[in-house]
Amino acid sequence: MPQPAPETAPSPAPATTPLVQMRGISVSFGGVKAVQDVSIDLFPGEVVGLVGGNGAGKSTLMRTLSGARPADAGEIYVDGKLATIANPRDAKALGIETIYQTLALADNLDAPANVFLGRELLSRGQLDDAAMEDASRKVITRLNPNFKNFKSPVLRLSGGQRQAVAIGRAIQFNARALIMDEPTAALGPAETAQVRDLIRQLKKEGIGIFLVSHDIHDVFDLSERVSVMYHGRLVDTVNKDDVTADEILGMIILGKPPTKLTEQDKAQLHA
Amino acid sequence: MGFSESAGQATTEGQPASFIRRTTDAVRNALAPARARLGMLEVDTRLIGMIGALVIIWFGFNIAGHGTFLTARNLWNLSVQSASIAIMATGMVMIIVSRNIDLSVGSMLAFLGYTMAMLQAVWLPQLVGDQPQPWIWIVTIIVGIGLGALIGSIQGFIVAYGGVPSFIVTLGGLLVWRGLIFRYAQGQTIAPLDQTFQMLGGGTVGTRVGALGDIASWALGALACAAIVLSLIGARRRKRRYGFPTRPLWAEVAVGVLGCAAALGAVAVAISYPLPPNVADAVAKERGIPVPPGGFATGVAIPVLVLLIVGIVVTFLATRRQFGRYVFAIGGNPDAAALGGINVKRTILKTFALMGVLAAVSAAVQTARLNGAVTNLGTQNELDVISAAVIGGTSFAGGIGTIPGAILGAVVMQSLRSGMVLLLVDSPTQDIVVGVVLVAAVGLDTLLRRKSG
Repeated sequence: MPQPAPETAPSPAPATTPLVQMRGISVSFGGVKAVQDVSIDLFPGEVVGLVGGNGAGKSTLMRTLSGARPADAGEIYVDGKLATIANPRDAKALGIETIYQTLALADNLDAPANVFLGRELLSRGQLDDAAMEDASRKVITRLNPNFKNFKSPVLRLSGGQRQAVAIGRAIQFNARALIMDEPTAALGPAETAQVRDLIRQLKKEGIGIFLVSHDIHDVFDLSERVSVMYHGRLVDTVNKDDVTADEILGMIILGKPPTKLTEQDKAQLHA
Repeated sequence: MGFSESAGQATTEGQPASFIRRTTDAVRNALAPARARLGMLEVDTRLIGMIGALVIIWFGFNIAGHGTFLTARNLWNLSVQSASIAIMATGMVMIIVSRNIDLSVGSMLAFLGYTMAMLQAVWLPQLVGDQPQPWIWIVTIIVGIGLGALIGSIQGFIVAYGGVPSFIVTLGGLLVWRGLIFRYAQGQTIAPLDQTFQMLGGGTVGTRVGALGDIASWALGALACAAIVLSLIGARRRKRRYGFPTRPLWAEVAVGVLGCAAALGAVAVAISYPLPPNVADAVAKERGIPVPPGGFATGVAIPVLVLLIVGIVVTFLATRRQFGRYVFAIGGNPDAAALGGINVKRTILKTFALMGVLAAVSAAVQTARLNGAVTNLGTQNELDVISAAVIGGTSFAGGIGTIPGAILGAVVMQSLRSGMVLLLVDSPTQDIVVGVVLVAAVGLDTLLRRKSG
């Protein structure tokens, strides 16, 4: 059993400027409003859990930040400055990296090629495969010391190893903000513990993390603040210390902040 | 009764499958030690398998044809016949790897070949007079390649930015480009071509020969050896610098020796093919020397030299440049490629532009060989080119394929056809055999790939 890191320092004091501010973000698919007027912030060294039921709009909201599907309305500020994120390259240039739930790996390529996909190291205009392999070895073994298979297509790797490649890609380039979409959904207990340790470590390094998850316990263990989404809208963002896991669950299911719950709602929850 | 019948059926149905499985397993187990050694060589085992298949085909035809197949003359002709298909197959690999297809290559080739023939036989002479000009062939080739890049780009643009499936776009291209020929010349044959241009086809014009002769051929062989050795040393050095495991020294030497032997062996075969007697007499007269006892050496044909250059350039693009990495990434997972920040549309457009350029190069070789452009130029070439790429291990699922594999695939196809011609097999039967081999090769490949995971 890995010991949870002792919480010596209190949660980092909120810096004056948020790393990322998303203001009034809306996204529609045809007539369906997937995300409506959502505003959330992320400070350096902070984990913000983003929770909600299926179709609540968590992933869609994050895709606007990662550049995969730009927002139809709203603004994104990075370091307090208005940012234009029209595609994944823009997001990466701003230091915003994403670990997708699908991992987004090219299965036919090896681990180094995936880590550097779209940002290959070149020497005299040619791919520098040796340098990329060297850097990949360093970053991936940091996540998974048993990782040996740097030459075969990632198709042949286990779920945990593939996850290590996807995370390695996100942290190789000095990310400042990290979006993790269900990072432990496909992992076994040991690998899940590794990812949790990694999140704590990245937090200490001052990286801000949006943690999208179905797993309330993951979110409760790792986050400072929790944002709950319901049918495309933000229900509320709460400090973890001010609420219980049950109250978060109530927000996810009923779409109302705990203060606005009626007796009837509570009865429905406990039924 | 009904019960026993169905039981009998089940066993007879089960037997062939398990027989195939047992046989492939037995073959795999028997080859295990050899496979371990091959693993240390770190060479592509699929490529070794293809070379093995080619050797079997060659010796099979040689035995069946009582020694007519493995002659310098036949192998030299085989090399020239394979070249124009192999040139285009290298580009088709990139197209298929990115999950697209180009059905228009035969028609593009005809249109480009016709344009190049018109340029040197009609348009440029009208402009500057009938006197042969030394620069005509250069202008012709530059215009042809430029036009190839343009029409390839048009098709690529419609596929990538217009979102029309490549099958449809290039099916349209197949009709359009060949149809356009008739606008030029109402079906006439355009000939004769510029004498220097004709050298690209590997034929002879008077005393000029479209091949390298002995000295230049040996020089080419030596150059190839030097390149093989230098690239092996370079790769080993790069691995050492980062402390990566390198293959054992014997393996490095073995790969180097085998590579050099193949290159010099091919040169030796090309040299041992003498020029035809009438050409040899003319050459001897021109040089004022008697014909040597073995005749003059023909040497490596120009179309083969062109293929060699194309093969090296496209392999470089595919394996050493970001463009190639992106093509393979798109074939492996288009969404991942886009999320990785790759400009998928521009990359797809470039693969079609490259295909257009290669169709132009191939068109130059084919028209030069025929010394003219005819309207059925390149008919069904698209099928040969796609077959060569697929026999060479390119997967229609995308993301998998190699340039040397496709070149070998073209040689395999041409060997089958040429061998059957020597055995006086009629053309419809040739088609049947090639069709069966195509399906069998891909089927076997799929089976082995599934087994090895």
